[in-house]
Amino acid sequence: MIIIGELINSSRKSVKAAIEAKDADTIRKIASDQAENNAAYIDVNAGTFVENEPEYLAWLVQTAQEAADLPCAIDSPNPKAVEAALKVHKGVAMINSISLEKERYDNLMPLIAGTDLKVVALCMSDEGMPVTVDDRLKIADKLVNDLLKSNIALENIFIDPLVQPVSVDKTYGTGFLDSIEALTEKFKGIHTACGLSNISYGLPGRKQLNRAFMIQAILKGLDGAIINPLDKGMQTAITTAEALVGRDDYCMNYLKAFRAGLFE
Amino acid sequence: MTDLSAIQDALLTGDAEGVKNSVQEAVDRGVDADTILNDGLISGMDIVGEKMQTGEMFIPEVLMAAKSMSEAVEILKPFLKDGGRNRVGHVVIGTVKGDLHDIGKNLVTMMVESAGFEVTDLGVDVAPETFVEAVREKNPNIVALSALLTTTMPMMQQTVDALAESGVRDQIKIIVGGAPVTREFADRIGADGYAADAGGASKLAKSMG
Repeated sequence: MIIIGELINSSRKSVKAAIEAKDADTIRKIASDQAENNAAYIDVNAGTFVENEPEYLAWLVQTAQEAADLPCAIDSPNPKAVEAALKVHKGVAMINSISLEKERYDNLMPLIAGTDLKVVALCMSDEGMPVTVDDRLKIADKLVNDLLKSNIALENIFIDPLVQPVSVDKTYGTGFLDSIEALTEKFKGIHTACGLSNISYGLPGRKQLNRAFMIQAILKGLDGAIINPLDKGMQTAITTAEALVGRDDYCMNYLKAFRAGLFE
Repeated sequence: MTDLSAIQDALLTGDAEGVKNSVQEAVDRGVDADTILNDGLISGMDIVGEKMQTGEMFIPEVLMAAKSMSEAVEILKPFLKDGGRNRVGHVVIGTVKGDLHDIGKNLVTMMVESAGFEVTDLGVDVAPETFVEAVREKNPNIVALSALLTTTMPMMQQTVDALAESGVRDQIKIIVGGAPVTREFADRIGADGYAADAGGASKLAKSMG
């Protein structure tokens, strides 16, 4: 599982305060904690600062990379902010995220076309949120082909079919799961990603739902997720599920995690 | 006062059949249809809204209650004064331009409808001028703006400004909500009210109705 650590996000109060105070130690600590817990990317988001987003996002990238030897997932639809962040980023960054929404697409495509950047591609268009598997496949088809035409390699694309809350419609869980299966089938070699915790919005006991959903999504082929890497229960769900579906050779990761006392 | 607690109990437990049956029973007993609507269903949904705010009831239960209510209203319609067209107020609602998220907006629509409001739902990605036109055409007393993204929050400000510039601001109250929206933000952009969830939104609308 390619884990994108979600904790450096300005919509969290403590992070917002740390950004305002330019408190680098707090940001560094969140970055290194996530790096020590299997994150492959450190997501950075300064979206609540409309005016200063470019400056703050670049600062977050620099500060996070001082503490974690990992690439960042640059989480913004604002081309100025993405550009500023890329300028200071070391290694190959991930862009979170492009979609078929015209403004977002036109803003971000010039920055990513022909690069080696990793790209999260949201199954969303100006026509609204996709509901059925078919809606998602249609958007994905156009978006993935556009990205390929812009010289972005298939294996650098993380397609996100959008998780919507099952509290609102009982078909939203399977709508996502079946889309993961269909997308990985259709585009061999593509990665998938999602903000998984949306599934449990509006319900109590969210942790339990999120973990169960992760296990189901892994069975369908999900191989990337934006999560809190410090959530031990979630990590346990991932490690055990990956061993069970044959994605862990000789159960090595499972055994390593067990011996390290990582299971909840 | 007629005892309509059976209706409320059924609403609170998401018992759709029970709601319909107890409404039918009340009609058969000769209870005035408007009384059943106001003191049974609408006040029952007020309790649902409150329990949603306090975290005692969850979205699926609220959806179930609202669905039960709208089915029960069909039974009452032939007996209501004005055929049920007499409402406590009119809300124009939409998700602001650039934002396609509709779940929160739909929940609010449902709750204010259940509170007895007429609702004009403009959908998602609604431009400021579309809100202005809707106010001119529909003459609502409340305009409700939704946004889920931090990036579309500035569009709420632009929508409030557009309503002010077009000269319709005094006819309406503006209420705002959505995950990144706070009371502070609502005050800053000159909205009249903020609610954190759909239960709160219906209560807020009622207080302004």
